[in-house]
Amino acid sequence: MEQNERSRRQFLATALLAGVATGCGVKKNPFEDYAGKDVAPSGETVKLLSVDGDIIEMDKAFLKPVPDLPPLTNLEERKGIAGKKFVMVIDLARCKNVGACRKACNHAHQLNPGQNWIKVLGMQDADHDAPYWQPTTCMHCDEPPCVKVCPVDATFKREDGIVLIDSDRCIGCRFCMAACPYTTRVFNWEEPHFTEEAPLAAFIPAKAKVAEKHYSCETSMPQKIGTVSKCDFCPDMARKGELPHCVSACPNGVFFFGDMNEDSVTNGAETFRFSELIKDKSGYRLMEDLGTKPRVYYLPPVNRNFPYEAGLENNPSDIKNVK
Amino acid sequence: MKNENLLSEQQITADLLPQKFGRRGKIWTAVLLMIAFAGAFAYYRQLRYGLVVTNMGDYVSWGIYISNFVFFVAISLVGSLITAIFRLADIRWATPLTRIAEIIAVSAIVFAAIIIVVDMGRPERFMNLLLHGRLQSPIIWDVIVITTYFFISLLLLYFPLLPDLKILIGFKEKSSKLLNKLYRFQGSFWRGTPGQFHISDKAISILCITIIPVAFCIHTVTSWLFATTYRPGWDSTNFGAYFVSGAFLVGAGAVIVAMFVFRKAYGLQKYITYIHFDKMGKIVVLLALLYLYFNVNEYLVPAYKMKKPEEAHLTELFSGEFAPVFWFAICVGMVFPIIILLFKNGRRPLPAFIAAVMVVVGAWFKRYLIVTPTLLHPFLPMQNVPDRYHHYFPSISEWAIAMGSLAGVLLIITFFARIYPIIPIHETIAENEAVA
Repeated sequence: MEQNERSRRQFLATALLAGVATGCGVKKNPFEDYAGKDVAPSGETVKLLSVDGDIIEMDKAFLKPVPDLPPLTNLEERKGIAGKKFVMVIDLARCKNVGACRKACNHAHQLNPGQNWIKVLGMQDADHDAPYWQPTTCMHCDEPPCVKVCPVDATFKREDGIVLIDSDRCIGCRFCMAACPYTTRVFNWEEPHFTEEAPLAAFIPAKAKVAEKHYSCETSMPQKIGTVSKCDFCPDMARKGELPHCVSACPNGVFFFGDMNEDSVTNGAETFRFSELIKDKSGYRLMEDLGTKPRVYYLPPVNRNFPYEAGLENNPSDIKNVK
Repeated sequence: MKNENLLSEQQITADLLPQKFGRRGKIWTAVLLMIAFAGAFAYYRQLRYGLVVTNMGDYVSWGIYISNFVFFVAISLVGSLITAIFRLADIRWATPLTRIAEIIAVSAIVFAAIIIVVDMGRPERFMNLLLHGRLQSPIIWDVIVITTYFFISLLLLYFPLLPDLKILIGFKEKSSKLLNKLYRFQGSFWRGTPGQFHISDKAISILCITIIPVAFCIHTVTSWLFATTYRPGWDSTNFGAYFVSGAFLVGAGAVIVAMFVFRKAYGLQKYITYIHFDKMGKIVVLLALLYLYFNVNEYLVPAYKMKKPEEAHLTELFSGEFAPVFWFAICVGMVFPIIILLFKNGRRPLPAFIAAVMVVVGAWFKRYLIVTPTLLHPFLPMQNVPDRYHHYFPSISEWAIAMGSLAGVLLIITFFARIYPIIPIHETIAENEAVA
């Protein structure tokens, strides 16, 4: 009897193991579940590195994209990135009014034609002063007048110095637009136009459009009708350790972005100590006497790389053609 | 020695009971309703397509909705002037005007709130003001004081109405069944006993005292919507007093207009007499001179200095694109009415009415001048923007909505006068007996 029992147990255990092994073996493609049963192999393969250090080859169709970062809660977005104090330095000696910053920003945030978060202004302070090109972004002031007047806390100042807008809360009263002395804010007077071509179109399944993306204050997308918007210092890029779109796009290295806590700013190619850069080049801020304490510093247009006239030909066609 | 002009109680009651609309009344109401419906349709379009139906843009982000808002808040201050201040100062001749003033005040403040919601980009998120309201924002202060003022004004309309409701209930054959139901619902508890009068008088006194600081608050806080910003033309310490004095002026003008219209429409010559026009005319002169004084401070002092941001703004007002509107508002809104009303013959009903209409129209354009020109002169230059950004003229939708809101104010006043006696019956009787 005991013999029989033992052998029965053995038989059962072996059968079970065999069954498990078979079950495991049937799943030739460990990603099949995630890709969905109805996904046909496309024939294109990619090489991937497994966690064990093996190189495996797999069909591209079975890959399912996941977002770069887990979605943040509204509270986390309002709090900001800990330990950072973002600052921007704009070197007016290098600006030629190429407008690449403006185009990159408008495209990355899918702004309507005519809406510009970055305005490149031709400035001349007085009759005998030299004219220069001045890119103006949101100053992300430390004493922001826009935040002071917002009745519903839809615009707020974060720990990392960034002033953001929560388009889910904004009631569209436009008091912040009246209060901003730098007139940097724009308003969504109509339903935002979205192009089919979202910036990450290659990674989004064909059906997904920008409008259906989950709204995040940090990406400021998708824009919503009847709410205000402005430059946000691209905190979503900062979380990935990347520079804002304008900084990367400028061919002349005009924009420097960095962290005051680290005392460093970079334009992608060059990195400087922020305090030394400001001291050496005599950096200043716009409308200092209003007491807004902006976080964008300007380096004066001295020893310029290009004459002012070189920028006159770059008229923004996308603005000119807007009715 | 009996005063020949003494009227009997029956006479007074017969004269002052609300009358049905005549032909003119019906045409008036029909026109107002059409304008109001046009405004409502324009608002439906705005809800559907967004604020793009207006001619506002990223620079002129506030337009005639906001200037209409300021205008309505200004007019609604008159309630506290005539009702509260005159009552407290025991100025008896103004008693027939108290209800006119109060209904103008209530009606105007209601539409001030409505036009602000119309201006919002996301009106469905109105509750955010209550759920996430930030006490440091001038808009929240405005919401608080305007709501308070509305309720106090409503009570100051209702309490003195109670004795009149009793009279109306007594004359039930003169009103329709529906109106009688309304009167009974609102005032059947009022017996007219000395005890009730004591409570009512005390309540009215307390309300009159509280409404005065609240009235100063509503227009001061509204002025702070502009004065708390840095912009040239708005960044002024003068704004609180400047706005309040302007509000008293336009309110007094509106009362003269209403006096004249009701007097003509309802044959109230015995109750709104030449004396009323004479005295109100003098008050308007005083208020217009006061407002002119504040305007001098507001415009000539910065013009003396011509600071850079203000230079373009002031030049445009004095001699530029806005010069016609500016001088129209100053001359027609202040100077000409002063000249007309300084003379005794100018204070007769018709000339006083004309002067008052000039005051009100001039005031509307003045409020427009406070809001828009400043926005066209930002600190940083407006470059590479569509041509239309450099000018602002309201679109048809905006005009429709703005006129619709004005029509709404007039409709509320018209319907009120149809339902309730526009001159307090009980108080007129009481004063007549006191004179005898």
